[in-house]
Amino acid sequence: MTEAEIARFLYAEARLLDEKRWDEWYALFAEDGVYWVPLARGQTDSETHTSLAYEDRLLLRLRIERLRRHPPSQRPPSFSQHVLQAPELETADGASWLTRTPFFYAEARGDETLHLAGVARHTLIREAGSIRIRMKRIELVNCDAALPSIQLFL
Amino acid sequence: MTRWGDDPDGIRALVRPDAVHRDVYTDPDLFRLEMERVFARAWIYVGHASQVPEPGDYLTAEIGTEPVLMIRQPDGSVRVLRNRCAHKGARIVSERTGSAGRFLRCPYHNWSYRTDGTIAAIPLRTGYDGTGFVACEAASGLRAVASETYRGFVFARLSDTGPGAAAYFGDSLSSIDYMADRSPVGELEIAGGVLRYLHDCNWKLFVENLNDSMHPMAAHASSAGTAKELWADQPADAPKPMAIEQLVPFVGSYDFFDGMGVRVFPNGHSFSGVHFSIHSGYGAVPAYDAAMEQAYGAERARDILGTVRHNTVYYPSLTIKGAIQAIRVARPVAVDRTVLESWTFRPKGAPDIFLKRNVTYTRLINSPLSVVGHDDQACYRLIQEGLAAGGNDWVSLHRDHRGPEDGVMTENGTSEISMRNQFRAWAALMTDAP
Repeated sequence: MTEAEIARFLYAEARLLDEKRWDEWYALFAEDGVYWVPLARGQTDSETHTSLAYEDRLLLRLRIERLRRHPPSQRPPSFSQHVLQAPELETADGASWLTRTPFFYAEARGDETLHLAGVARHTLIREAGSIRIRMKRIELVNCDAALPSIQLFL
Repeated sequence: MTRWGDDPDGIRALVRPDAVHRDVYTDPDLFRLEMERVFARAWIYVGHASQVPEPGDYLTAEIGTEPVLMIRQPDGSVRVLRNRCAHKGARIVSERTGSAGRFLRCPYHNWSYRTDGTIAAIPLRTGYDGTGFVACEAASGLRAVASETYRGFVFARLSDTGPGAAAYFGDSLSSIDYMADRSPVGELEIAGGVLRYLHDCNWKLFVENLNDSMHPMAAHASSAGTAKELWADQPADAPKPMAIEQLVPFVGSYDFFDGMGVRVFPNGHSFSGVHFSIHSGYGAVPAYDAAMEQAYGAERARDILGTVRHNTVYYPSLTIKGAIQAIRVARPVAVDRTVLESWTFRPKGAPDIFLKRNVTYTRLINSPLSVVGHDDQACYRLIQEGLAAGGNDWVSLHRDHRGPEDGVMTENGTSEISMRNQFRAWAALMTDAP
């Protein structure tokens, strides 16, 4: 995996989210893929310490299906915009690639817009010739703040 | 003092036996008066003693909108102090938790205080010689607030007078007992961090929802209902992920939630899940059951483990579970702004699976990213916005109201009696000086 290939993949991933192409986004996750938004800085434990989100494919599927059902909190619906800094490849061992991507994120609903910033850390693998996400860990700069609803995918 | 302050009859007129006036959710003057009366006269949960294990350890919190700190004393007791320097009024500590050692020191002029709040030192103290200082309010240091600890739960009351905590909570304290007794040694400790979820609604809308058994099948159909469908194709003996075990019961039938039952107590307290609850179906942990039996005897252990209350409301701001050792605390910020804190416990002496359950549950239900929380929050906000509409000033609480209500009562789960009970307490706190 080259850095250019990784950057193309991560920009495309964010674009799928902002265009609400959730099934295509979901398909980027490996079978054991996880979407993690830690609650504490430097958090390593997801089982005995609470997270803002820690979702395997089953929970991601639930989140996606729910968004399609016009739940109370999505009338009107939310829209997102990711703005990514160029990803850095932090480590690679031939089996997995760890990347670091600072980002800004806006989530708009009606007249209100929520702004968040942080760093996305991806653990990428290659499966059947394609890049897959084993872990997408989103470290919000204000992870311990009192936060309003964050309804779409960071 | 607001325009309501000297108008007890006006306040009483906002609460009918079976309805409340919309102003109780939307009027900023009433909110300010709630801070002076409801939140000052009631016993408010500050924190858990396990969060300040060593002398000098403190945590900061708010009672209503007033900053306080809870601090462990050298003699092992826990005190609650107003978090305001006696001098110019600066908050003394702003970290959420920390250790002061032997002294709390104001960062502005270095006034320092012992952990009981008394003044230890003031720089260049001779400047106060011959002044009125020794007789003034500042000389007594950080003001202590009345506090009582029950099974580690630290409650404080800003008002100098009123009933003690045991009298204020009455038999509703059994819910705290049942939660603490889920530990084979009868002790809980806070673990797993705190989720803080900002809600753009009045604090009462959240508190009322805790025993509202008519909303889950409607508001949570998109989340819990989807979870149920996603799992529907699995064979009956497939190991059930914790998330499925916890989410699916939210879309129980109306009969299920009605059968749960609700019990109310004087002073606004209540719990739902008298007979069973959405927490009834969690997998057993045989080694733990055996340890519980050994600790409490077979009969009491069966009673503890068979008691699965849904939510207990300690009016006005603490809400607890039991089978899930987790609590939620409403911290009002403004008439239409509330921070909800969600804390989890480790039952001491119990296997890790319980803390894992508690952490999973609170993340799935109470996180700002929760698909369950999103719909609750959205509905509270819809009420906050909808109540701006004129034409009908009243919020209906008529469900299963068929006569006078008072004292301890046990009713069908879908009754709105818990809300009526809360507003009776509200009207009393807002009007009667203790």
